[in-house]
Amino acid sequence: MSLTEKTAAELLALQAAGKASAVEITDAFLASIADRDQKVQAFMHVEGANAKAVAAVIDAKRKSGAKLGALAGVPIAIKDVLCTKGIPTTCSSKILEGFVPPYDATVVARLKAADAILIGKTNMDEFAMGSSTENSAYKTTRNPWDPERIPGGSSGGSAAAVAACLAPVSLGTDTGGSIRQPASLCGIVGIKPTYGRVSRYGMIAFASSLDQIGPFTHDVYDNALLMEIISGFDPHDATSVNQPVPAYTKTLNDKVEGLRIGVPKEFFGEGLDSEVEAAIRTALKEYEKLGAKLIDVSLPHSSYAVSVYYIVATAEASSNLARFDGMHYGHRTKQKADLIGTYAKSRGEAFGKEVQRRIMLGTYALSSGYKDAYYLKALKVRRLIKNDFDAAFEKCDVIMGPTAPTAAFKKGEKSDNPLAMYLSDIYTISCNLAGIAGLSIPCGFTKTNLPIGLQLLSPPFDEERMLRVARMYEAATDWHTKRPTV
Amino acid sequence: MSLTLDEVRKVAKLARLEMSDADLATMQKQLSAILDYVDQLGQLNTDGVEPLAHPLPVANVFREDVIGTCLTPDEALANAPNRLADFFGVPAVFDTDEPVSH
Repeated sequence: MSLTEKTAAELLALQAAGKASAVEITDAFLASIADRDQKVQAFMHVEGANAKAVAAVIDAKRKSGAKLGALAGVPIAIKDVLCTKGIPTTCSSKILEGFVPPYDATVVARLKAADAILIGKTNMDEFAMGSSTENSAYKTTRNPWDPERIPGGSSGGSAAAVAACLAPVSLGTDTGGSIRQPASLCGIVGIKPTYGRVSRYGMIAFASSLDQIGPFTHDVYDNALLMEIISGFDPHDATSVNQPVPAYTKTLNDKVEGLRIGVPKEFFGEGLDSEVEAAIRTALKEYEKLGAKLIDVSLPHSSYAVSVYYIVATAEASSNLARFDGMHYGHRTKQKADLIGTYAKSRGEAFGKEVQRRIMLGTYALSSGYKDAYYLKALKVRRLIKNDFDAAFEKCDVIMGPTAPTAAFKKGEKSDNPLAMYLSDIYTISCNLAGIAGLSIPCGFTKTNLPIGLQLLSPPFDEERMLRVARMYEAATDWHTKRPTV
Repeated sequence: MSLTLDEVRKVAKLARLEMSDADLATMQKQLSAILDYVDQLGQLNTDGVEPLAHPLPVANVFREDVIGTCLTPDEALANAPNRLADFFGVPAVFDTDEPVSH
């Protein structure tokens, strides 16, 4: 097994045993990127020499006996929505072409403090708006399991980078499923933490009441490890919650006694692919074998989640993206115009179609005469969706179902039909609206060898138990050990 | 709910997005289709339901008023499309031809 197929935990152990250095590990991943990324197209930017220099410093620290961080010598890829000091950050948008942030996002600063090695920035749907990464203004990322298919989105580059062994771990963001859905489609583990668990400072905002940052990893242990590093209160983000961060890795293998799994009938209705359904049912049986009890629950307002999301998220986006006006940074039109004209031309020239569509929808939903019918109505239904979860979690510890209705779809299959694309997030969106935590773990393959993901949903700030529940299944199966041939 | 072309044009103006007539027409079709779907929300009775704008019970967050580190003028201006000395050069707000110069 080559270095690039290993997990972060294995890379840490190899270094501790003196069997590999941070420089060797970094070289191996850089070589993997050089060799394979022309096929996968996961990266927007690769930190070659800088990554090696950081690795050399970590090796020297280790030699001198200095204390090392929890992720020492482990390369990490970062979604291009997160600000990285001195490293281009584009959100895969032309409007931020050439933008170089003067500061690090809090999660990036924490990873650096943990001695992780930032190896590059990954491709995404422009401003995280999409489910296939086809909305990037720069390139189309391929699914490592089938280059004719999309990796999911919006964090498709980060998911594909880990699945294709171009980085052992990565960070993504999830506003309506943008971590869990690509994790599912690429056969890896991805978590959307509880809203407020991870600081959003330095994340370029899409929908501020929904956005959360979370890790992509090969297995649940690595995910727990990354969560320990990036979680916690940050004075720079007033919505980050001041609650202690559990030692997720320490309790990970503790068995969950008397586990009650809620199975919502709404997650097994029309539109669910039969192969995906079969894999999910088999995973649930596996849990029963492990001593869990399956309980029927209902989330009666599930069918409204996509509608609520496309009002709430676009309304917030239309406000957040107003900052891209061509004045202080980013694209400014070359055409001569007055101030308002300069805004309109700069934005019209440099925002992609999907971003414009969502700004338009959000502007409309907030506009005079329509605000009550759309925005306010959506917020009321959002309350009903949250109430559904509150009621369900009185009867169970965790909810399970498919992460996505189908395995990875083909490039271009849904790009002309925005609504069809939106519906690929049908099982992931309500989690963001309710602010709860969600996780996708690999649970099988289709006949054509495409990964299938099992989604776990947990009450707010219950990541510790959710990760243990995920680990129970992982310990009994070997899906997480599969790697694609790129 | 379908939108007229004029409504779409008005929203584009509010959103500060300049687009071609062809793009406006496409937008009209796509936004109308999305709004048709979203109109399902109207079927639900939400009388007396408190709107939920935020998943956390957020309250104002206070901190001590202390001076921290901040960006230098060079750092803050490094990405400016048009830097004029220590300022951002912008087009005139009122109807003149030239950007303000210093």
